[in-house]
Amino acid sequence: MTEAPLLGVRGLTRYYGERVGCRDVGFDLWPGEVLGIVGESGSGKTTVLACLSGRLPASGGRVEFRRRDGSMVDVLALSEAERRRLARADWGFVHQDAREGLRMSVSAGANVGEPLMALGARHYGEIRGAALEWLAQVEIGADRIDDMPETFSGGMRQRLQLARNLVTRPRLVFMDEPTGGLDVSVQARLLDLLRGLVTDLGLAAIVVTHDLAVTRLLAHRLLVMREGQIVESGLTDQVLDDPQHPYTQLLVSSVLHP
Amino acid sequence: MTAYNFAFLDEQTKRMIRRAVLKAVAIPGYQVPFGSREMPLSYGWGTGGVQVTASVIGPDDVLKVIDQGADDTTNAVSLRQFFVRTTGVRTTTRTDEATLIQTRHRIPETALRAGQIVVLQVPIPEPLRWLEPRETETRTMHALEEYGVMWVRLYEDITRHGRVETAYDYPVVVNDRYLMRPSPIPKFDNPKLDRNPALLLFGAGREKRIYAVPPHTRVRSLDFVDHPFKVEAWEEPCALCGARAVFLDEIVVDDKGGRMFVCSDTDFCERRRAGEAPR
Repeated sequence: MTEAPLLGVRGLTRYYGERVGCRDVGFDLWPGEVLGIVGESGSGKTTVLACLSGRLPASGGRVEFRRRDGSMVDVLALSEAERRRLARADWGFVHQDAREGLRMSVSAGANVGEPLMALGARHYGEIRGAALEWLAQVEIGADRIDDMPETFSGGMRQRLQLARNLVTRPRLVFMDEPTGGLDVSVQARLLDLLRGLVTDLGLAAIVVTHDLAVTRLLAHRLLVMREGQIVESGLTDQVLDDPQHPYTQLLVSSVLHP
Repeated sequence: MTAYNFAFLDEQTKRMIRRAVLKAVAIPGYQVPFGSREMPLSYGWGTGGVQVTASVIGPDDVLKVIDQGADDTTNAVSLRQFFVRTTGVRTTTRTDEATLIQTRHRIPETALRAGQIVVLQVPIPEPLRWLEPRETETRTMHALEEYGVMWVRLYEDITRHGRVETAYDYPVVVNDRYLMRPSPIPKFDNPKLDRNPALLLFGAGREKRIYAVPPHTRVRSLDFVDHPFKVEAWEEPCALCGARAVFLDEIVVDDKGGRMFVCSDTDFCERRRAGEAPR
C-alpha cells in the first residue's frame, strides 16, 4: 500500500471499572477496505466500535483519522463539538436495530434528507431529489418516500438506515451487526446490496458481527477478538480457512452447516 | 397593599431575575435558567411574563397588558389589575403611550419604538423539545448549533401539506446563532421581531427560562430556499376599521353562519376608527 491509512488505531483500551472492555487493540484501515471484527458476545467488539466512533470515551490509546484535506487527527483527543462535526460529515453508523438509527416519527424521505439538512442543505427540491436517488439505490420504491418507517418491514428499515447513512457520502461507515435480527433471505439480499454499494462507492467500513458468513461475504480482512483482545488477524479467507489460534479454530468449527 | 413589596416580588428575587435578563440580553436568543417563583396565578396564565414584568417595572412606567391582541380579556384585565394593586403605576391601552407592554400571543400592530420593553409569556421555551425530549441533549445541540433537525419538521410539513403548516410559534434564528421559539405569536408577527427597536423579553415560569431579543437584532424565520417563509394574508380588510395587512380574528356574529373578520389588536382598531392611527 502506497497510500496512507484512513484510520490508524494504537493501543485502544477501555475499562469498565475493574473489568476490561477491550485492551491494546491496534490496526490500520485503508480507504476502500472493509474490516470485519468477529468474536462471541462479550468479547469487546461492540466496545471497540463505540470507542472508535467516539460514542464511548476510551481509557487509553490513539485513534488517528485522516481528514479530507489529508491531515491526521486523533479522534479521542477531539472536543465533542469537533468530533460531532467530523461524524456528521465523514462517518456513518449503521445500528443493529434500525429503530436506533432512524427517526421513526418522520417519513422515509425526511429520514434520508435529515443528514443533508444537518450539513446545511436548505433546498427542499434538492433534498427530496437526493432522497429519491438514495431510496432507489437501496431498492426502496419511490412511492414509499412519504411513508413512515413504522410501516416498513425489518429488511426495508435496515436498507432505509443504510440510505440515511450513505446520503452524505461518508468516508468511513461503522456497522454493528447490520444483518442481525433479519431472516436469512432478507439477510442475503441486504448483504448483496451492501457488497455492491461498498464496491461502487469505494467505502471504508468496519463491520462488527458474530456471523462468520457475513464477514466472508463483506470483509476483506478480519480481526478475531476474545476477552477484549485481538487474538488473530489476517485476510478473511485465510483466517476462516486456516485458523491458527485455538479460539479461532473453535469459532470456525462451531458454525453449523445445514 | 402595604403588606406586599413593590410589584409583589421581594427585592432579592427581582435582582436574581434582572441578572437573568441581563444575561439573556447579552446572549440574544439563549435560554437563561432562573429561579422561577410561585406566583398568585396558575401556570399557563403568564407566571413567567409576570415575574419578568415585576422585575423590570418602575414607578414611572406606563403599563399595557394584552392577551391575544386585546386589552379587555380576562387574562389582560386581571394582570393589569394585579400590577395596579401592587405597584400603583399608570396603565394604558395605547401602544404608543406604554413604556412596558406585557403580551400574550401577539405583538402590537402599531410600530414599537426605542425605549419600550415588550414582555412575552412563554409556555414552552425549547424549540427542539418536540424532537428531543432530553434537556441535556437539547442544550448540547444549542451549544454546538446542531439545528439541522428543525428543517426536518419543515420538510415533513411541505411533503404532507405542500407548505409549512406551522401557523404560530414559528421557529426563528436570533442573531444568526440561537434557535428560538418566539412564543405562540402568529407567524404573521415574526417579521416584527426582526430588527425591532424595542427590547423584547421572554419569560417561561413553569420551565424557568428567560430569553431576549435586544433592540435591532436580526431575527430570521426558518425556511427552504425554494419554499420561502410567508405570512398569512386575508382577502378582506378589517370589517370595523378597514385595515389591510394586519392580523384578523374571525368572529361568529349569529347562529346562521354569519361571521366577520376584525383586527385582533383592539387598540390599533380603535385608534384607526377614531381617525388617528398610522397605516
